[in-house]
Amino acid sequence: MSQKEIAGVTIDFDESGYLSKFEDWSKEIATALAKENGIDELTLKHWEVIEYIQKEVQNGAALSIRKIGKSGVVDIKEFYNLFPDGPLKKATLISGVPKPSGCV
Amino acid sequence: MKKIVILGAGSAGTMIVNKLVKMIPEDEISITIIDHSSIHYYQPGFLFIPFGIYSKNMVYKPRRDYLPNNVDFIQTKIDLIDVEKNQIILEDKKKVKYDFLIIATGSKIAPEEIDGLTGPGWKKTIFDFYTPEGAVDLAHFLRYWKGGKMVVNIAEMPIKCPVAPLEFVFLADWWFTEQGIRDKVEIEYVTPLSGAFTKPIASKYLGEIVERKNIKIVPDFNVSSVDSEKKIISSYEGKELDYDLLVSIPTNMGADVIGKSGLGDDLNFIPTEKHTLVSKIKDNVFIAGDATNLQSSKAGSVAHFEAEILIKNLIRRMDDMEMMPEFDGHANCYIESGFGKGILIDFNYDTEPLPGKFPIPGFGPFSLLQETKMNHWGKMTFRWIYWNILMRGGEPPLEAQMSLKGKWKV
Repeated sequence: MSQKEIAGVTIDFDESGYLSKFEDWSKEIATALAKENGIDELTLKHWEVIEYIQKEVQNGAALSIRKIGKSGVVDIKEFYNLFPDGPLKKATLISGVPKPSGCV
Repeated sequence: MKKIVILGAGSAGTMIVNKLVKMIPEDEISITIIDHSSIHYYQPGFLFIPFGIYSKNMVYKPRRDYLPNNVDFIQTKIDLIDVEKNQIILEDKKKVKYDFLIIATGSKIAPEEIDGLTGPGWKKTIFDFYTPEGAVDLAHFLRYWKGGKMVVNIAEMPIKCPVAPLEFVFLADWWFTEQGIRDKVEIEYVTPLSGAFTKPIASKYLGEIVERKNIKIVPDFNVSSVDSEKKIISSYEGKELDYDLLVSIPTNMGADVIGKSGLGDDLNFIPTEKHTLVSKIKDNVFIAGDATNLQSSKAGSVAHFEAEILIKNLIRRMDDMEMMPEFDGHANCYIESGFGKGILIDFNYDTEPLPGKFPIPGFGPFSLLQETKMNHWGKMTFRWIYWNILMRGGEPPLEAQMSLKGKWKV
């Protein structure tokens, strides 16, 4: 665990660089995290995906690229376009939810 | 008298039913096991078929031979699992009631999930080795292949036996060498993972072996479609790769009936409590083997370690006792690495594969995360152990939980 200042506040991050507590998340922090990950602007579509991810995680669902592709919010191709190079990793990080557990 | 129904008589279902009849007296329970086919396949053997090491008739036996006599075996497809009414509806609409249900319906490949994979090139220049038919067709193709570029592609995780694709390229390197055409074959290992394996230490170790064998790894490749006319696979990231021979490990999914019954996730795997193996659907339903949505490997060794804990919890449930959270995600896998050698890995949810000696610390005879001849013999002996010990409900001298003894810190 480490602390980092982002968007004017100091918050805890876990060893993978994800927010330790979802309560710390705000739209400003999401925007700053997006910039750090090479996404200059969060569009309406980005926010829809973020909202969907947060809702699913709150309901205890395990996320996957396939699941997001079938969400009706975006298809897989769009998801890759919105969050290039590792869309699930980037999108969950920006959404402030825990890192999806990888498969063995 | 309690009625237990087991769905699936593969590795997990067969081990569980044989252990159950040993542990619970016959007058206390009745057991019904249901499977759609009469053949039990030794699935680890499929890997050897493309290279002529095993033939198809070395990898199967009649299911009934491995089921206890006092167990009712129904060979039929299942139409629906109705957990509300505690009943299974069979294909002919007959109903089978249960008090306790164990779902061990496994996983299978779903090549139709990848756009174009089953197009005109399927079985001509595109093969799988996760089915006996696929492995036999690939053996026939390889026998007469003159060489070219072989791409081995994992479509998406999770897959059954996550090390099998690596074993396949290791064996292919050996086999093409034996055939005298290794210099005419390019081997590419194309994976959605960021390296050879999922866990860092093993990934580094295995990655070095891959490199030494002159196999090219293409990481972070999430296949979106296959064009078998042009012989090109494309990724969602917009990359393209050409091939002469595509060996695909397609998307793996749970049984269709899981989806139809509304019990699974988007890949038809069933939400399961990770330490107790109770389903998250209902507390009289237990899940075993590949059918779970757990982050453990989909492998026979995992099913074997699960079996003991699942049965313990089933008995405790019958006696109204609390569940024991004892399953730690333990997996133990031989990795055949070609030229008569093998590697062994032993790991669980929290501890990644580490080097060391196994099962006796400091001695072995097997070596963890190292390439040895002994490990290869372990793998070859395993077929006998599978049929004669494991599938009879017997126990090799291993604890269900992983041990750190004999493992080295790195």
